[in-house]
Amino acid sequence: MTGQPLLQLRGITKRFLGVTALSGVDFAVRAGEIHALLGENGAGKSTLIKVLTGVYSADGGAIALAGQPIAPKSPKEAEGAGISTVYQEVNLIPALSVAENIALGRQPGRFGFVNWGAMRRHAREALARLDIACDVEAELGSLSVALQQMVAIARALDLSARLLVLDEPTASLDEKEVAELFSVMRRLRGEGLGIVFVTHFLDQVYAVSDRITVLRNGELVGEFATAELPRLALVGKMLGREVKDEVGRPEEGSGQVRERTENKHGQDAHATLLTARGLARRGAVEAVDLTLRRGEVMGLAGLLGSGRTETARLLFGIDRSDTGTIAVKAGPVRIASPRDAVRLGFAFCSEDRKTEGILPNLSVRENLIFALQAKRGAWRRMARAEQEKLCEHYITALRIKTASAETPIKNLSGGNQQKVLLARWLATQPELIILDEPTRGIDIGAKAEIEQLITKLRADGLSVLLISSEIEEIVRTCARVLVLRERKPAGEVEAGPDLTPERLMRVMAGGGNE
Amino acid sequence: MSEVKPRDPESERAVRSGTSAAERARELRPARRASPTSSIAWLIAGLAALILLNLASNPAFLSVTVQDGHLYGVPIDILNQGSRTMLLALGMTLVIATGGVDLSVGSVVAIAGAVCALLLNDGAGLATTLAAAIAVGALAGSVNGVLVARFNIQPIVATLILMVAGRGIAQLICGGQVIIISHAGFEYLATGYVLGLPVAPLLVAGLFVAAHLFLRRTSTGLFIEAVGDNETASRFAGLAAARVKALAYVFAGACAGLTGVLTAANIRAADANRAGENAELDAIFAVVVGGTALTGGRFSILGSFLGALLIQTLATTMYFRGVPPSVAPVPKALLIVLVSLLQSEKARAWVMRLWRRNRERVAA
Repeated sequence: MTGQPLLQLRGITKRFLGVTALSGVDFAVRAGEIHALLGENGAGKSTLIKVLTGVYSADGGAIALAGQPIAPKSPKEAEGAGISTVYQEVNLIPALSVAENIALGRQPGRFGFVNWGAMRRHAREALARLDIACDVEAELGSLSVALQQMVAIARALDLSARLLVLDEPTASLDEKEVAELFSVMRRLRGEGLGIVFVTHFLDQVYAVSDRITVLRNGELVGEFATAELPRLALVGKMLGREVKDEVGRPEEGSGQVRERTENKHGQDAHATLLTARGLARRGAVEAVDLTLRRGEVMGLAGLLGSGRTETARLLFGIDRSDTGTIAVKAGPVRIASPRDAVRLGFAFCSEDRKTEGILPNLSVRENLIFALQAKRGAWRRMARAEQEKLCEHYITALRIKTASAETPIKNLSGGNQQKVLLARWLATQPELIILDEPTRGIDIGAKAEIEQLITKLRADGLSVLLISSEIEEIVRTCARVLVLRERKPAGEVEAGPDLTPERLMRVMAGGGNE
Repeated sequence: MSEVKPRDPESERAVRSGTSAAERARELRPARRASPTSSIAWLIAGLAALILLNLASNPAFLSVTVQDGHLYGVPIDILNQGSRTMLLALGMTLVIATGGVDLSVGSVVAIAGAVCALLLNDGAGLATTLAAAIAVGALAGSVNGVLVARFNIQPIVATLILMVAGRGIAQLICGGQVIIISHAGFEYLATGYVLGLPVAPLLVAGLFVAAHLFLRRTSTGLFIEAVGDNETASRFAGLAAARVKALAYVFAGACAGLTGVLTAANIRAADANRAGENAELDAIFAVVVGGTALTGGRFSILGSFLGALLIQTLATTMYFRGVPPSVAPVPKALLIVLVSLLQSEKARAWVMRLWRRNRERVAA
């Protein structure tokens, strides 16, 4: 605690129509410090950043910059106070030159005429400060994403920033570019700037940050010195689990955690349904291998940004893989669209129920029969009686609470919408169902029911690929878990005494004996 | 250049998935949107009001007489003159239901009319001519469909291209002139009677019934509504959403082709400049007042039929009232505002609030 922090947020509270996004969060950044802000989905990271940068105004709490209370009402006000932000999506103007972008909104000159020479000189100086070599007259859009990001940082610093907020700056950079960004960050730290670094990638947190603040469900979990917080403990804090000190536990490799290169076929009781080899897509996942047997529930675990959903999207043909092969029942298949996947007997419940799942204004009945009807085609329309029978069956079987089958699905609760979507897929009698966060945002009763349903589906011979951020849910329902870390498979854990939340978190955290 | 905005799937999804509290809060708010059924009720009320207005000054407004075995009267005229807007509105309904719009139908009317003139004056048969005009319309529609569904060009931009270029194409076919058509069979389409009823409205009514049966007896209607309601979700459920969208434009184009035939038959000429002028706007209006939202989703072809009827009734009213054609757009605009307000739940709630407050004041 050396003196007064540069930035001090106290008791920040923010509500949106009855939903509390932040409750009483404290956050402090010192000058000459890189401070990582971490948390899983819904933790409140982005809300906190938006309060800090004046996008939202807080419902409670106080912000002080260098001891002076501030209350920015717009990003411009925040910039004026010395808080500059660089977002992951560079929000500059691609059609303008680098120099114009850096000077945008405050071009040097007088009487409405721009002093181009001064502007270019200024831009060169700003970039030189970061040690970036770049033609200031080049069109911004012609530069690489990494360079554009550097220009954005140069612009942010040019606003005489004292605090720089980098919101997921590394999401679209490759390793070399990340290293360059880090050296710029370290240089700025040396100049006494405070840097807030938001990221999903734990390796990067440990590579560059001095301190870590963890949020969970809109609350502060704590502030830690990076050097004193082991990875596993950090993951535990992000996921809200106490990690027992497991001294004397067998290390990786000796237990049931197998490294990726190992062949895991052999005495399979069940036949293999799906095999994916070397599945990769730039910016999404790298080299995922995956084998799924009939009647098996396999978990896909990992932190936010680890590539779980990306893997599911490749398997279901939503995104195309750059490389890799998929085989179903030993035969290679080409999955270029969800339609292809459905024909192969796949089903996919998206994590994003609202934009990728429900047809909001259509009825429960229409939503429920939709996948089956799409599979049959327009000409073979299911008779109304058949549709109603199917609805009746699933409404009873899955205990869907709805006034009637003709109610628009948007009027149902999240849990019941999710059940309708499950029913939509079950009606197609799939062989593989991919469930991406099936219990997110639904009440506890419905959660338990969906978990029971997954177990029952397995008994019926269905294969399930379950993606979940809730580690207990994975442990309870899965026979095998593939853990992804930073877009790569990190290890596989078989059911048994070793399939514990601690073990999974250890693999998710990575970094072994760091 | 296209790589300017980096795409990061995970965080992009985090935005889309509504995981931020702001998104979740938005989710709590119920969507406000009038259903087609309530729109149809308001539409019928509007139509009735317009008819009552006419009856006040002209008691014979609704009377229909039989002469030479044919029906005559103002209602028959309205149906006859309105049949072209109705037909365009039929195709437009499906396009709008997918969440798109087709601005090119008016120009396609002109192209189809030019094709008719070219073929008939070249001695082609009536059946060939009809088939060719409809095929040309469908072809134009498929251009729109490919631009929108395959290349993801915004519908308003994609169809604007053909809206502008189409007039030029029609001009080229006509050689820059208004071409007179004199073909008895062709004229019959606009002036003829079958069983005492005029041909054009009968044809259009038949198409509405056929379209209704097709859309609701097959799953086509459901697929169109699903694409308009949530294209991503319908695609993820295994629907060939792009194909559905493209076919809606093809159908709208075919309807515009047939409308071109009826227009040319009605004026007995192909006029590249005037045929179908602003017709796309009437068609869009008919669809929207008929209860199909411009955002897509649920559609009602009955609503679109009534919407077109309302427009034509208004046009006829203005004709009877002696409103000069140059001023006619003003009352039409007022009607559009009125109907739109009637359909807006917010506007209705506002009126109700005013009314209630007034009543309270009176009571107090």
